[in-house]
Amino acid sequence: MQVVQTQSYGRIVALGHYQPARVVTNDELSQRVDTNDAWIRDRVGIVSRRIAGPEETVVSMGVAAAPKALAAAGLAPTDIDTLIVASCTDLIPIPNASARVAIELGIKPAAIDINTACSGFSYALAAADHAIRAGASRNVLVIGSEKLSDVIDWEDRSTCIIFADGAGAAVVTASDTPGIGPVSWGSEPSTMIGMTERNHIYQEGQSVFRWATTGLAPIAKEICERAGVQPSELAAFVPHQANLRIIESVARKLGAANAVIARDIVESGNTSAASIPMALSKMIERGEIPSGAPVLLLGFGGGLTYAGQVVLSP
Amino acid sequence: MASRDEIRTGLAEILEEIADVAPDDVQDDKAFIDDLDVDSLSMVEVVVAAEEKFNIKIPDDDVQNLRTVGDAVSYIDKAQA
Repeated sequence: MQVVQTQSYGRIVALGHYQPARVVTNDELSQRVDTNDAWIRDRVGIVSRRIAGPEETVVSMGVAAAPKALAAAGLAPTDIDTLIVASCTDLIPIPNASARVAIELGIKPAAIDINTACSGFSYALAAADHAIRAGASRNVLVIGSEKLSDVIDWEDRSTCIIFADGAGAAVVTASDTPGIGPVSWGSEPSTMIGMTERNHIYQEGQSVFRWATTGLAPIAKEICERAGVQPSELAAFVPHQANLRIIESVARKLGAANAVIARDIVESGNTSAASIPMALSKMIERGEIPSGAPVLLLGFGGGLTYAGQVVLSP
Repeated sequence: MASRDEIRTGLAEILEEIADVAPDDVQDDKAFIDDLDVDSLSMVEVVVAAEEKFNIKIPDDDVQNLRTVGDAVSYIDKAQA
């Protein structure tokens, strides 16, 4: 048997994102359930979020996030040989979401779905990097897309204020030098985030908060160490946008003193696997991260699963 | 091992740092949420800090029973024994 030994590494060369047009404010939610703007801002950090229209899907939002990433990468859709969609809210198992995205884009890539809930983008990015390093792929489109509004119980004030919809996309191509550091991934198996019998998302907020504020900083430090990057050298920290207080706690414990911290949750809510590529795409669009600078990505959520890596900014 | 007074003083330090509670307000009859304005997430941070400070474990299921400062002082006192 023969195998190819490559000298190729994965590198993010461009990103894009899509959010539904409809903005839902805290005030609008407080007309539906017993809550208020100050409570939501204080506990979760969200001011407003985007909610998809009835015709929008995980696939349509994922497709909408792709063109900008492809254009910025200088690639045509047909250049993509591997497509990975991270999502936990796609409602149709067959064909999987990535095959349905591929139909829309008119391409025939390896079509992979990954569901590790809110950590999905970092798992998918690692899979893309590994596929390139193994010689299986050259140009990978990684999409995180979620329509949490389909699984929100709009009567449940503990969850309907948190979750939202959107999509982000990253083009990962083969490079002569490393652009994606070693992934640290794993799980802390638990049902503290899950689905009810009526197919609504639930979470034990205090338990999740405890895990996130105590367990994640050591993982973040380990990721930096494995990439040979000091936390103080990070130009940006882009964790899953779960809760502003979790984000700020982990950032403080990590000691990323010089990093821009992603706070997209304020205007986008918690969009699960879409939150990291969406936040990173916007930060790059705003010119907040210099090209080639090290950025720490950290996904975490239902499972409980986590995955993260240091990447070089496109 | 800390006395009840030392435990209360330790809790006051934690509460001041995490939730800006004035140390003088930390009395046994004061409820964390209703009197001291410590919200449910800050309560988690207080519990984690108390675990470190007093070298004990406070499982999630027990946290909801800690309504007042006195409840927490008694819990920590017993957990240290």
